[in-house]
Amino acid sequence: MKPASFDFICPDTLDEALSALSEAGGDGRIIAGGQSLVPMLNMRLARPSVLIDIMRLEALRRIEMSGDEITVGAGVRQAELEAWPNLLRDLPLLTAAFPWIGHVQTRARGTVCGSVAHADPSAELPLSLVILGGAVSLRSRKQKRKVTADDFFIGMMATDLAEGEMIEAVHFPKAVPGSGYAFREIGRRHGDFAIVACAAVADDNGLRLGIAGVDDRPRVFPLPALDDDQFDDALNDIAWSLNAREDLHASARYRRELVRNLGRETLKEASRCRA
Amino acid sequence: MPRMNAARRHVIDFTLNGQKVRAEAENRMLLSDLLRHEIGLTGTHVGCEHGVCGACTVQIDGKPARACLTLAQQVRGSDVRTVEALTPDPAELSPLQAAFRRHHGLQCGFCTPGILMSLDVLLREQPNAGREEIRDYLSGHLCRCTGYATIVEAAIAAAEEQRKEEIPNA
Repeated sequence: MKPASFDFICPDTLDEALSALSEAGGDGRIIAGGQSLVPMLNMRLARPSVLIDIMRLEALRRIEMSGDEITVGAGVRQAELEAWPNLLRDLPLLTAAFPWIGHVQTRARGTVCGSVAHADPSAELPLSLVILGGAVSLRSRKQKRKVTADDFFIGMMATDLAEGEMIEAVHFPKAVPGSGYAFREIGRRHGDFAIVACAAVADDNGLRLGIAGVDDRPRVFPLPALDDDQFDDALNDIAWSLNAREDLHASARYRRELVRNLGRETLKEASRCRA
Repeated sequence: MPRMNAARRHVIDFTLNGQKVRAEAENRMLLSDLLRHEIGLTGTHVGCEHGVCGACTVQIDGKPARACLTLAQQVRGSDVRTVEALTPDPAELSPLQAAFRRHHGLQCGFCTPGILMSLDVLLREQPNAGREEIRDYLSGHLCRCTGYATIVEAAIAAAEEQRKEEIPNA
């Protein structure tokens, strides 16, 4: 349970960080809060030869609002976004999701972008980013690009991040007044990885349900209104359309059952919040 | 741009329990191991080494953090507090520690240092914390002896005691 050895680089600027990442090739990893990466290092599931610490780069430590978008830099810790004064008004889904993300003790260190980069299929922040229609800004020494969250997550702990690229920031669309948001989760213990996590949005476009912990990445589906005859069938179809995982925590069948029950409850809560 | 070679030990300057310290560590050394093996402060316990059990919880810049999920390199320049800092005199107990003793908030004591460091932050940041906030902070810790009820009682008692002291003549 000790990491293998690696070089450690503390760049003073983003350009230096990107050069170091490019030089390291596929063997370099960015470290921010370390709450996902260090367990992987301890268990030697990750063995990078170079770690690049970005927490001293002030430019990445900002939460900025421009227009309808909230930009969270790669150095922003989860606890910092949780304590952001506008969170309840502009990102109410995250206000509901934060208590489920790890524990106080890990949110104090872990970053928002780090959780997105780690892309655990049961993680709350990737799910929230996808259902809100957010985006991820990626940067390498040569180029900058922005991809939608839906395109960013491509599989279990797999993302669109290319060699030499790092997440510079993630972008959450600001909440639309009058819309309803809800987040619920079932796990063995509070703070554990979710067996199933559900996020729901009720707005002018109707109902949307986001599901994590079932398939290999967060998935989002539109649903008919709760009082529609087709609602139960639609939810059941969603449960079966997911490639539900079977592991020591829960069977695939139990996960599908949670999608139906927890999904319905979460959608109801979002609809109530809208009313 | 400082680059620390994997094969060598590197100097890490930080503040530990109010004192400036200079330690040496390989890049791969965890803060928990730096505290215990290099500096000799064995009050911080090490359980699961992947952030689940909470035994190694210390304070970094005033916030509770897992020492086993922190590389020693990451605390350069930071302010780290361990359970040894709760009371200046090792023969005395802090009010929180005394409440743990009074309310049987520990049995084997393995999880206790981590729990104390989390609750110390809670009682400082939220002096009016009640049962719900205490249980939320405790959710980041595993205790296999007490069943948690006595820990919650101890924390409530310590919070009440602290509130009384802060209102003079009350």
